[in-house]
Amino acid sequence: MKRRFVWAAAVVLAVLHHDFWWWDDRTLVLGVLPIGLAYHMAFSVAAGLLWWFASYHAWPHDIEEFAAGGAKPAADPQPAGNGEAREWTPNSSR
Amino acid sequence: MDPKLVPLIVIGIYLLLLLGLGFASNLFFRGTSKDYFIASRSIGPFMLLMSIFGTTMTAFAMVGSTGKAFTTGIGTYGLMASWSGLVHSAVFFLVGIKLWAIGKRHGYVTQIEYFRARFESPALGYLLFPLLIGFVVPYLLIGLLGAAASVRGLTLGAFPEVFAASNGAIPTWLTCLVISAVVLTYVFWGGVRGAVWANTFQTIVFMATGVIAFVMIAKAMGGMTAASAATLANAPELLAREGKVGHMEFLTYCLIPLSVGMFPHIFQHWLTARSAKAFRLTCIAHPIFIMILWVPCILMGIWAAGMSLQVPNPNAVLGKLVADLVHSPVLSGLVMAGVLAAIMSSLDSQFMCVGTMFTENIMVPLFGRQRFSDRQIIWLARMFIVLVVTVTYLLTLFPPRHIFDLGVWCFSGFASLFPLVFAAVYWRRATKAGAIGSVLVTAIVWTALFLRDQSLKASGSGAEALVFGMLPVVVIFGCSLVTLVVVSLLTQPPTKETIEKFFPAELKGLPNRYEQRCCNP
Repeated sequence: MKRRFVWAAAVVLAVLHHDFWWWDDRTLVLGVLPIGLAYHMAFSVAAGLLWWFASYHAWPHDIEEFAAGGAKPAADPQPAGNGEAREWTPNSSR
Repeated sequence: MDPKLVPLIVIGIYLLLLLGLGFASNLFFRGTSKDYFIASRSIGPFMLLMSIFGTTMTAFAMVGSTGKAFTTGIGTYGLMASWSGLVHSAVFFLVGIKLWAIGKRHGYVTQIEYFRARFESPALGYLLFPLLIGFVVPYLLIGLLGAAASVRGLTLGAFPEVFAASNGAIPTWLTCLVISAVVLTYVFWGGVRGAVWANTFQTIVFMATGVIAFVMIAKAMGGMTAASAATLANAPELLAREGKVGHMEFLTYCLIPLSVGMFPHIFQHWLTARSAKAFRLTCIAHPIFIMILWVPCILMGIWAAGMSLQVPNPNAVLGKLVADLVHSPVLSGLVMAGVLAAIMSSLDSQFMCVGTMFTENIMVPLFGRQRFSDRQIIWLARMFIVLVVTVTYLLTLFPPRHIFDLGVWCFSGFASLFPLVFAAVYWRRATKAGAIGSVLVTAIVWTALFLRDQSLKASGSGAEALVFGMLPVVVIFGCSLVTLVVVSLLTQPPTKETIEKFFPAELKGLPNRYEQRCCNP
C-alpha cells in the first residue's frame, strides 16, 4: 500500500512539474525569487520529502537478506591469490 | 605578492590537498582487486551521497548553469535541476539498490558483467563495451577542456613572457597535463576509495564555493532584492519561460536524467555501498543538494543579464561576475578551485570505470580469470587507467570538432539505454535478442539523429536539434524501448536458471513467481 502511494505520488509530482500556469508569470516572490523558480524549488523539496517517505516507509527490507543470501563466505581473496570466485564467467557459459 | 598569482596559489593548495587524500586513502587499501574496484563494499551513507552527487554534477552545474540562465532564464532550473532531483532519486531507489544487491550477491564489479550474465550473452558485453566507452570518452575530453578553458580565462594576460602564444594565459596543454596527473595519481594509488574520498572533499568544495560566491556577488549588487529588481527592469523575459523554453522540450527533458541508470561510473559507485540502507541518504538528499547548488547559479545568471554584463560567451558569466564585482583574488581562486572540483569529481570516477571495464570486461573474459593473480588484476587495471588518461590527454591536444556538441548527445545515448537496465531488473521476459536488438537500434538511431544535427549546423540554419519540438532522446529512447519489448516477446525466453538467479522468490518487489509458460525449462 505504501509503495503504491510512493509511485502514485511520484507520478503526481511528475505531472506537477509542468507548471504551465506560471509559464509567463514574472512575479517576484519576496521581491527576490521569480515565481516559476520558487515553484520548482518547492518541487525539489517535495521530491526530497517523497524519497524520505519512500526510504523509511516503503523500503525493500528483504533486499539486504537477498544480497547476503547467495554470497559465498565474505572473506576477501588473498592479494597474491587467484582472485575472487565468481558464480559465472563468460567462458563458463559458452 | 602579485595578485595574479594568488588564485593560482589557492588552486595549487587545493590540488596538493587532493593528492594528500589520494595517498591517505592508499593507507586503507586492503591489497585486493575487490577493494581497488569497489572499496570492498565499505562506503557508508555520507560518502556514498557525496561521491554520487559529485560524480553526477559536472562543470555544467556551476559554470554552464549560470551561463544557460544568462541566456535562457529560470527555465534552466526546471529543465535540468528539478527533473534530475525527482528522476535521479527514483533511479537510485528503483534500479540502484537492486543492482547493488545483485552485484553483491553474485560478485559483479561492472555493469557489463551483470548484463552478460542476466542476458546469457558474452556478445552483448562486447557490443556494449565500445558503446559505453564511446559515450564516456567525450565526457572525459569535455571535462579536461572545460577545466583548461576556465584556467585560461582566469590567467589571461598573467604570464605574457612565459606563455606569449596564449596571450599570457596558462595554455590548454599545461592545465590538462596537471589535472590529468593529479587525478591519475590519486586514482592510481587509491582506486575507487581514492575517488570516493576525493569526491567527498570536492563536493564540499564546489558546493561551499558556489554559496560563498553567491553571497558576495549578491552583496556587491546591492542585495538580492536590488539584483532581481534590475533583472525585472532590464531582462524581464528571463524571469519566465514564455519564448525561452518550449512546452514539449520542457516535458521531454524528463528522459535525460534517466541516463544515470546507465552511467558505468555511477554503477561502480553503487557497488561500493556498505549496505542497501546506505542509499537512503542519497535518495533523500540528492534533490536538496541539486537545489542548493543550482538555485544560486540560476539567480547569478539572470542577475548578470539584468546588469547587462558583457561576456565573450555565456560560460564566462560566473568568472566575470567574480572578477568584476568581488575583486578578491582569493575568492577568484576559490571559485576556480570549485569549478575544477566539479570537473575532477566526475573525471576520476570515469577514468576509474574505464580502467575497470578494460580489465574486467575485456582482459579477464578473453584470457580467463585463472590466468591472473589478484595483484596482477590490480596492476592491469592501473596500467589501463594510465593508458586511458594518456590517450585522453593526447586527444585534448587535438580535440575533435564539435566535441562540446557531442557531450550533450552522450547524455541522450545513456538515457536511451535505460530501458535495457530497467528491463534487466524488472522484466523476466526480457531476452538476449531483445537486449542486443535494443543496443543496436540505440546506436543506429543515435548516429542518424546526431548526423542530422551536424548537417543542420553545417548548413548554417541554426536550427535546434529538436524533433517535432521534442528532444532527440525521445525518438532514440522510444526506438530502444519498442525494440527491446517486441524482440523479447518474439524470441526464446531466458532459461529457468537465469530467471531463478536474477528473480529469486525471496525478493519482494520483483516479479518473483516463476511461470512455466514464460521461460524455458
